Amino acid sequence: MEEDVAAHVRDKVDAIYRSESRRVLATLIRLLGDFDLAEEGLHDAFTAAVEQWGEKGIPANPRTWLISTGRFKAIDRLRRSEKFESADSAILDRLLATEMHEQSEEGVEDDRLRLIFTCCHPALSPDAQIALTLREVCGLTTEEVAHAFLTPAPTLAQRIVRAKGKIRDARIPYEIPSRPDLPERLDSVLHVIYLVFNEGYLASSGASLTRADLSSEAIRLGKLLMELLPEPEAMGLLALMLLHEARRRSRTTPSGEMILLEDQDRSLWDRRQIEEGVELVERALSSHRFGPYTLQAAIAAVHAEASSPSATDWAQIVGLYDVLLRAEPSPVIELNRAAAIAMRDGPEAGLALIDAILVRGDLVDYHLAHAARGDLCRRLGRVQEAISAYRRALELATQEPERRFLSRRLDELRLTSPR
Amino acid sequence: MKYLCLIYDNEKEWQKFPKDVQDKYMGEYMAFGDSIKKSGQYVGANQLQPSSTATVVRARNGKVSTTDGPYAETKEQLGGYYLIEAKDLNDAIQVASRIPSARSGSIEVRPIVERASA
Repeated sequence: MEEDVAAHVRDKVDAIYRSESRRVLATLIRLLGDFDLAEEGLHDAFTAAVEQWGEKGIPANPRTWLISTGRFKAIDRLRRSEKFESADSAILDRLLATEMHEQSEEGVEDDRLRLIFTCCHPALSPDAQIALTLREVCGLTTEEVAHAFLTPAPTLAQRIVRAKGKIRDARIPYEIPSRPDLPERLDSVLHVIYLVFNEGYLASSGASLTRADLSSEAIRLGKLLMELLPEPEAMGLLALMLLHEARRRSRTTPSGEMILLEDQDRSLWDRRQIEEGVELVERALSSHRFGPYTLQAAIAAVHAEASSPSATDWAQIVGLYDVLLRAEPSPVIELNRAAAIAMRDGPEAGLALIDAILVRGDLVDYHLAHAARGDLCRRLGRVQEAISAYRRALELATQEPERRFLSRRLDELRLTSPR
Repeated sequence: MKYLCLIYDNEKEWQKFPKDVQDKYMGEYMAFGDSIKKSGQYVGANQLQPSSTATVVRARNGKVSTTDGPYAETKEQLGGYYLIEAKDLNDAIQVASRIPSARSGSIEVRPIVERASA
C-alpha cells in the first residue's frame, strides 16, 4: 500500500517535471540571477517533492511550491557553500531582500520569454545559442544535444559553460527586449529555431536524412514562441516548419532513400499540419509586416496545396521567389527561383539562370547547385553535361542518402549513354 | 558595471578623407561624447595615435624584446576607446552602437572585471 502511494507520487512528480520544469527554471533564473544556481535549485526542489509529497500530499499549486522551494534550497546552498565569497554574499543579500511573490500566470510566461531571448542573445555565438536553447528552454540533456549535432559531449558541455560564463560576466540581462530592439532580437531567436529545425529536417551529414527529434523540438519551440509573442514572422516560421514537416513521411522510402518532391506520394502528406500551416501563412501575410520566413512558408503552402506536381502553380511560386529575393538577396534563393523558372518556362530558361550564378563564382561548392544543373541537363537530353554535373555534386555531398541518390542518377544516365 | 568600448576602424581610409569630412566626423564624436557625459555614462575616453606608432613589448625569461606594431596587415586598427558605465550588456551595446565609427568600422565591447575592494 505504501509502495503504491510512493509510486503514484513519483509518477505525478515525473508528469509535473515534464510539464513544469522549464517554467520553474525560467522563473528561478530571474529570482536567483544565475543559471547554475537556478538549475541546482530546480534539481533540489524536485528531489524535495519526491520526498515530501508522499507524506504531506501534493500541494494545490505544485509550480509555486517548486519555485519557492527551489529558491530556498538555492539560498541554503549559498549559505552552506565552503568558498563563501563576497560575490556569493552579494547574491545572497539581494535574494533575501527580494520578497517572494505569488507568481502570476503572465509573470511566469514572461520569464519563459526572458529565458528564450537570453539563450538566443546575439552576443553569444550561434553554436552556443543553439546548445543553450535546447538545453535550458527545451530541457534536453547535454548528451542529447551533443548526439543530435554529432558533437562530442565534452565539447558541447564546454560550449554551454562558456556561454553561461559570458551571460554572467558580460552581464547579458534577463529581459524581454524593448520595442526598438525587438525586431533584431526576434530574428536571432527565429534563426536559432530555424537552424534546429533544418538540422532535423535535412541533417547536414551522417547516416540518415532526417532527425525527427530535432524537428519536433523546433516546432515545439516555434509554438511556444507564437503563444508568447505572436509576431508575423514567428507565425511564418512556424508555418514553414509545419508545411515541411507535413511531408516527412513521403520524403524517404522505408529503407531511408530520399524521394524528390515530384515523386512523393502526396496521400502521405499530413493534411492537418498543412491546414494549420496554411492558416498561419494567411494570418502572417495579412499583417503586412511579414518577412522571409513567411514568404518561404507561402511557397511551401503552394506546393502543399497542389494535388500533383503538374497542378502546381509555378507562376505563383516564381512570383513569391521574386519578392523573397528582394527581401533577402541570396544565391541559394536565386538557385531555387531558377528551379521554379525551369518548371514554369522549361529547363533551358532555368539552366541559363543557374549557369549565370555559377559563372559569377557563387555556389560553385554547393552540391545542390550542381545537382539542379545536372537535372536540367538530363531533362534536355544533354547526357554528358548531366553526368559531369552530377559527378561534381557527388564529390561535394556529405550526407549518405543524398550521395546514394546522386549515384543512382549517375548510374541511370550512364545506362542511357553507353560508351 | 563598466565596459570598455574599443574602436576599430580603417585608419588609412580615415587619413584619406578631405579635411571637411574629417571635421564632420570629429563633430559627431564631440556630440556623442557630450551625450554620454550628460547621461552619466561617460567614465573616460582617448583617441590613439595611428598604429604605425605602436610598439609591441614582450618579456620572456627575463629578456625583453621590442618590435614594431603587428597590425599592418589587418584592415581595421584600434583607434581609440570609451570607458562607459552601463546597466548591463544591452545598455552597453546601445551606447556602442551610437559611436560614429560603428557605422564604418566596428566596436568591441568588453566588460571590466569588478574587484570587490574597489
